Amino acid sequence: MIKLLATRGWTAASRFYFPALLLCLWESLSRLGYLPPALLPAPSRVLLTWGDWIFGYDESAQDISGRWLGDALASCLRVFTGYSIAALIAVILGVAIGWWRWVEKTIEPTIQMLRPIPPVSWIPLAIIWFGIANKPAIFLVFLGAFFPILMNTIHGVKTVNRDLLRAAAMSGAKQSQLLRFVVLPAAMPSIFAGLRIGVGSAWMLTVTAEMVAVKSGLGYSLWDSYYFLRYDLVIASMISIGLLGFLTDLLVKTLMGRLLRWQHTLTVQGARP
Amino acid sequence: MSFIELNKISKIFKDSQRQTETLALDDISLSFEKKEFVCLLGPSGCGKSTLLNMIAGFEHPSSGNVKLDHHLITGPGADRGMVFQQPNLMPWLPVWDNVAFSLKLQGVNKKQRQEAAQQYIDAVNLTGFEHHFPGALSGGMAQRVGIARALLQNPAVILMDEPFAALDAQTKLEMQEELVTIWQKYNSTILFVTHSVDEALILGSRVVIMTHRPGKIRDDLKIDLDRPRDVTSNQFNELKRYVLEVIREEAKLAREEQQTQTISH
Repeated sequence: MIKLLATRGWTAASRFYFPALLLCLWESLSRLGYLPPALLPAPSRVLLTWGDWIFGYDESAQDISGRWLGDALASCLRVFTGYSIAALIAVILGVAIGWWRWVEKTIEPTIQMLRPIPPVSWIPLAIIWFGIANKPAIFLVFLGAFFPILMNTIHGVKTVNRDLLRAAAMSGAKQSQLLRFVVLPAAMPSIFAGLRIGVGSAWMLTVTAEMVAVKSGLGYSLWDSYYFLRYDLVIASMISIGLLGFLTDLLVKTLMGRLLRWQHTLTVQGARP
Repeated sequence: MSFIELNKISKIFKDSQRQTETLALDDISLSFEKKEFVCLLGPSGCGKSTLLNMIAGFEHPSSGNVKLDHHLITGPGADRGMVFQQPNLMPWLPVWDNVAFSLKLQGVNKKQRQEAAQQYIDAVNLTGFEHHFPGALSGGMAQRVGIARALLQNPAVILMDEPFAALDAQTKLEMQEELVTIWQKYNSTILFVTHSVDEALILGSRVVIMTHRPGKIRDDLKIDLDRPRDVTSNQFNELKRYVLEVIREEAKLAREEQQTQTISH
């Protein structure tokens, strides 16, 4: 079938063949009784419960019936807030570390020591500091997104072509202008690589934080459903998280495609959404 | 006082790892006047680019000083335009934005920058490519953008470091012709570093020949040939023969010196 596709050419519909095949297989195995519903509910079951979670038509999602949008928004808001703060600080700090040797010598060792500590291990401290609410989740998201963005920004700044700086200096650029008009745009491809890794970490940590330290959001629904052995809801939560993660990455990717349009002619498939 | 003055310039490069010192430029004094088109010609490694970089302000003499219009040069600045061997354009800016880069630094608004850039884009025959990104340009076109960028700054002097060295022969000839036209049109002062005898004699109103390392001034020729230069004329070839003779002699001296150095080691 793959070969058939390759020879017949790829159409817009082709991308749905494989997931559709998997779903059909899963559904038929469930209906034939090979997959016990207590361990892995059928896709149709998941879909119906998910529908009720979103639209609230038959109470099959019980007490979270019709509350999906609220949960999703709560998670998105945490991701957005933590991620934005991380991006802002990481880019500024990354440029400073990459540009000034003394900043690098002063700050980098500390950062390299904090970096290997898994963000999840900050949960106890985060709960003591911020209590059970949005703040510990935002803090965790910040930690998860911060380091990949920082490392990539530093790399991007350090690999800026020296001759471009010379050319800009010959056009009359002062140091602050070199940073704004040369270093920052030249480091953009690296920064975006970091931003895309960061957005993935952000979702992972939101969900983790919501399981432990928050009483709302998709991660909380997932964990709560597990206590009630509602695996259809667990799976619906997982799919919701995957979908939102995919969409936020698409957002970053689209922004990247816009900002790095100049790369299209230089690279194989650089910055194409 | 001349417009540009190099006073008793020496440059010593220190290699701290090997603990050696190399004398690259040895007591060079030169002066240039406004509207001159000077070609600095010399064998590779003679320090001609180092000399140019000192006027640009990227490098500093170990002794001596460089003055532009009575002012000591201490660092790079927009009063001098530079065209590099590689075009060195900002790849994220379209052609017009690269050409008007110096105005962007001054905070001039987009409309005015675009208007200012257009004149120089037209002057280097790039009309129609205003909105292309540098990555989509050929080597010759990218170098034209570099020239337009330097021209727009209305610099006291344009410094050119082998700008056509990486171009194919045909493009090179075209660019040389156009550069002479631009020089005449804008009454520019140009300092042009090259290792090509032909290029120096086609372009220069004056050709300064440097010795092998440590670089000194070997010869300083005023070129009075009619423009456009006819490379097949007798006068051109007489000059070329003379310059080639000098260069060959320098290359031979350099080889001999290297051999004696190797032997003495």
